[in-house]
Amino acid sequence: MENKVKRNLPDELMSDMKLKPFESVEVGNPEIKRIAPKVHVTTGENKVVDSLEEVIKKTLKDGMTISFHHHFRNGDFAFNKVMDLIIKLGYQNLTLAPSSLTSVMNDKVIEAIQKGVITNITSSGMRGTLGDFVSHGGLKNPVVFRSHGNRARSIEEGEIKVDVAFLGVPNSDPAGNANGQEGDAVFGSLGYALIDAQYADNVVLLTDNIIDYPNTPASIKQTQVDYVVKVDQIGDADKIGSGATRFTKDPKELKIAEMVNQVIVNSPYYKEGFSFQTGSGGAALAVTRYLRQSMINDGITASFALGGITKPTTDLLDEGLVKKIMDVQDFDKGAAASMAKNRNQQEIDASWYADPHNKGAVVNNLDVAILSALQIDTDFNVNVMTGSDGVIRGAIGGHQDAANAKMTIITAPLVRGRNATVVPSVETVVTPGDSIDVLVTERGIAINPKRKDLIEAFSKVPDLNIVDITELQQMAEKQVGVPKPLEYTDRTVALIQYRDGTIIDTIKQVKD
Amino acid sequence: MTYIKNRLRRTMMFVPGNNPAMVKDAGIYGADSIMLDLEDAVSLTEKDAARMLVFNAIKTVDFGGAEIVVRINGQDTPFYDEDVKAMVRAGVDVIRLPKTESADMIQKLVTDIENVEKEYGVEKGSIGVMAAIESAKGVLNTPEIATATPLMMGLAVSGEDYTADMHTHRYPDGRELEFARNMVLQAARAADVYAFDTVFSNMNDTEGFYRETRYIYELGYDGKSLVNPRQIPMVNEVFNPSKEEIENAMAVQNAISEAKAKGSGVISMNGKMVDKPVVEKANRVIETAKASNLIDEEGNYIGK
Repeated sequence: MENKVKRNLPDELMSDMKLKPFESVEVGNPEIKRIAPKVHVTTGENKVVDSLEEVIKKTLKDGMTISFHHHFRNGDFAFNKVMDLIIKLGYQNLTLAPSSLTSVMNDKVIEAIQKGVITNITSSGMRGTLGDFVSHGGLKNPVVFRSHGNRARSIEEGEIKVDVAFLGVPNSDPAGNANGQEGDAVFGSLGYALIDAQYADNVVLLTDNIIDYPNTPASIKQTQVDYVVKVDQIGDADKIGSGATRFTKDPKELKIAEMVNQVIVNSPYYKEGFSFQTGSGGAALAVTRYLRQSMINDGITASFALGGITKPTTDLLDEGLVKKIMDVQDFDKGAAASMAKNRNQQEIDASWYADPHNKGAVVNNLDVAILSALQIDTDFNVNVMTGSDGVIRGAIGGHQDAANAKMTIITAPLVRGRNATVVPSVETVVTPGDSIDVLVTERGIAINPKRKDLIEAFSKVPDLNIVDITELQQMAEKQVGVPKPLEYTDRTVALIQYRDGTIIDTIKQVKD
Repeated sequence: MTYIKNRLRRTMMFVPGNNPAMVKDAGIYGADSIMLDLEDAVSLTEKDAARMLVFNAIKTVDFGGAEIVVRINGQDTPFYDEDVKAMVRAGVDVIRLPKTESADMIQKLVTDIENVEKEYGVEKGSIGVMAAIESAKGVLNTPEIATATPLMMGLAVSGEDYTADMHTHRYPDGRELEFARNMVLQAARAADVYAFDTVFSNMNDTEGFYRETRYIYELGYDGKSLVNPRQIPMVNEVFNPSKEEIENAMAVQNAISEAKAKGSGVISMNGKMVDKPVVEKANRVIETAKASNLIDEEGNYIGK
């Protein structure tokens, strides 16, 4: 069957897995029902145990679903500690359902797949050796990729039923009150893990820092936690986030960032009390710097900044240019440290951030989102998942979710190395073109033809070089030529869900 | 591409001729002129590769309407002849001769260009030349260099080599370059060709860059050589005419239209006669204002 973004979906798999094809970016007003977790009742004054192995034996059975969060990113010690034991204990047929997989987890996941321990995966993304392994057919069942908002929705609606959540935290009291802001390995917001803590049948905290009861502010609460496992070290602080954020000096990135800022300040949304989300890439950080200067010059302040947060954004909070930060995760030490001392930096969970089946999520209040792309096509569909070789090497993250902003801007260089970024048709559709409004490249700005209002507004600004997206695609093609189509087998190795759970695209096994 | 003698040349951005990524993207920054370098930026072992890269780039890359200048290797090097031949065949706008010290050197370059034009059927006079002045001798000979050929586009001071030749080096205040800067400018103006100031390479000293750019703008230079695209908007900012200057220039142009409509050969504004240099200045102001999007299509000031 073909879905609304003209992707051919494998009929058999779709009916076997009871999946629906992607229809629309409009969520509408369906009535949905949320599930509730099992509660193992206890008075729970002291849940501290030393043996992780005992906890695993008590809570885990073959065929269950386990979850982790990725807030420690590449400084994560929790995942490998838990998986080592699970593999050693010989569990089989588990479903792995983390908020995302970082590269320090790759080898352990591959080992677990090879030993039959893990047979299903759902994640925001995967990179490196694991992406390569899956793209070459290493896992029998297709991986299901979900955005952060969609993961929250899936857990709330029971599509992902987490049996045991193993959640690393930099601190906890003996009853399980914990946050991400104090200790040796702090990462700030616990946004993604909060959903697991709320909905998993068993919640196991791992920490190297047990502190006196009651631990406040508590992000994860004692009402949710079954065990608190004491470990030697929960994470490597230096690898959790980048240290001091360095601004790019790449003139092309700066040029693109400046153009993005021009688009923002000339848009109808740029007025007192507007809101924005930027990413963590070099160009995104540079946008924040240009935007800061414009806001100072124009005397405009933002009501909130959203998303993955970096220090340049918390600096805006300190300067009073941004009134609040709605913070689902922190990308660097500065942003994490800022959360601990600034009450206007509000920790939000993934559902509050972006769940589409909600009574309103923060992304629905967002004016401007700045997002990146590996590829974007002439229908404005964006790929952030597969590389030019067709191999999985990315993550949906909050891409589909933030694209709900009133104006979504994609920034991308026209070509990367010898690969075109603006293409006739993306290799994998992750975010549908219907939710993308503007593309900014170094060779010009393309506006989605649906946005006649933006076309009219931007055409009046002489500094903005507005071009048709097909023109950009042709410029790119002129530079790098037409690549030979990638070759795949018929086997589906991954499914890309849209945020409402429908299937927007699939990824096939690459041919060697 | 064809050489145009008079055009806006505020910024001349240096791009190493052996760096494909930089050559490919050179057109995106809005430089008035792009100078692809085959000389100092390119090591001896890469001379042929760079020449081939620049040749193909000129023929295929979209430089966004910028003027394309190539700095070839000097006449005292074994690369000079091949460089001239390749650049004429590629159809470059302007060839820049390094270390120019005499009118003879420019005349030799023009003859060599003409020979290649003849050999390959390229239209005669379709390529301009410019002289880089990099020594004391070159500075003293600027009057004859500037008038050596009708194809002369302009003169550029090259501060690094010149100060070395003068037994000094560059200082923040630029006093060591005062004579050369003024000499080059005088010679250029007298010959009605363009004058370009030298590069400023410390990217971290933004204030120093602005100071130097304002100084050469006040002297009367047409433009500045640049090593980094980030310097382009800074130069344009300095060269941007004020609202007052633009309105005055518009008034001059209106006076010309009125005079034409009346069939009068004398242009007058507020009861005073308008001379040729005033008309030319007004044209330059409007051209710059248009390039910087300071006025709309009807000529109304929209500013920044």
